[in-house]
Amino acid sequence: MHEAAIAQNLLEAIKAEAQKQNAKPVSVKISCGVFSAVNDELLNFAFEAAAKDTICQGAALLIEHKPIAGRCRNCKTKFDFDIYNPHCPSCNGEEFALSSDPPLLLESIEFDTE
Amino acid sequence: MTKKVEIGKKILMANEEYAALNAKFFADNKKLCLNMISSPGSGKTTILVKTITDLQGKLRIGVIEGDVRTDLDAQRIRATKAPAVQIETEGACHLSAAQVSTALHNLPTDDLNIIIIENVGNLVCPSAFELGETAKIAVLSTPEGDDKPVKYPAIFAKSTAVIINKIDLLGAVDFDIDRAKADILKLNKDAEIFPISAKTGQGMANWYNWLSESSKV
Repeated sequence: MHEAAIAQNLLEAIKAEAQKQNAKPVSVKISCGVFSAVNDELLNFAFEAAAKDTICQGAALLIEHKPIAGRCRNCKTKFDFDIYNPHCPSCNGEEFALSSDPPLLLESIEFDTE
Repeated sequence: MTKKVEIGKKILMANEEYAALNAKFFADNKKLCLNMISSPGSGKTTILVKTITDLQGKLRIGVIEGDVRTDLDAQRIRATKAPAVQIETEGACHLSAAQVSTALHNLPTDDLNIIIIENVGNLVCPSAFELGETAKIAVLSTPEGDDKPVKYPAIFAKSTAVIINKIDLLGAVDFDIDRAKADILKLNKDAEIFPISAKTGQGMANWYNWLSESSKV
């Protein structure tokens, strides 16, 4: 349940930007890789709880899960690496080069400009 | 009307800044720092007590203990005469780099070759929080089942070495060690795997050799 810690960090970052923009955030887009171990339901719940009574209350959270890029050493096929099924989808090979895992990123914030 | 603002900032930046400071401290002072991650009850503390005792006079090891409550683990380490600092997370499921940074100030690091962080027993959350460690060590014990690497792949994929503990129980539990090894290597072809029993001492020599070689940073 490290989602609570992530939600708190995320909230601080959004609040700082909201102050800069002097506007209320309506939606927030973040992205992460599999190693961030983010469960959408838990993070949404934790964010909603953390945002209560702040300028972020009611802001929608959009979570994009980014894949790790893999390249099979045997048949050279490029594919999205699935950590829960670590095989080349083309030749079933088990040796691949992998890109580093995508970090947990605050991508963008949409502010109400009314 | 709405306005979209691109940010592109790491959410755990605060943690990563501390992790970078810790990493710089370990590099500048030539210390090996290991972040040990496993389920609760895999035998991490027993492995450390055995390792520190057997390597007394050869390697000087200090320990940072992470638990939700109590300093029982730090007491077990201190009984070996090695220094230990306990972090009580009071509910949190992982250690943060800031907590490790504070703990480092309370360890006699000048006298140590190796600092081992025993993370909170949890196979999921600690893998998301870098502490600035030189390497991650995953620990798996035979009663937990040989399917752990498949069920919790992230930590096995990110670890430099994997210890399979409690191999003295192999005859009593259904644990296919070849399957576990193969599944770990599928996720992480460079992983060093050490099947050991911290209770009987079986297999510990290979782990000690690796520790000794890795400490020459």
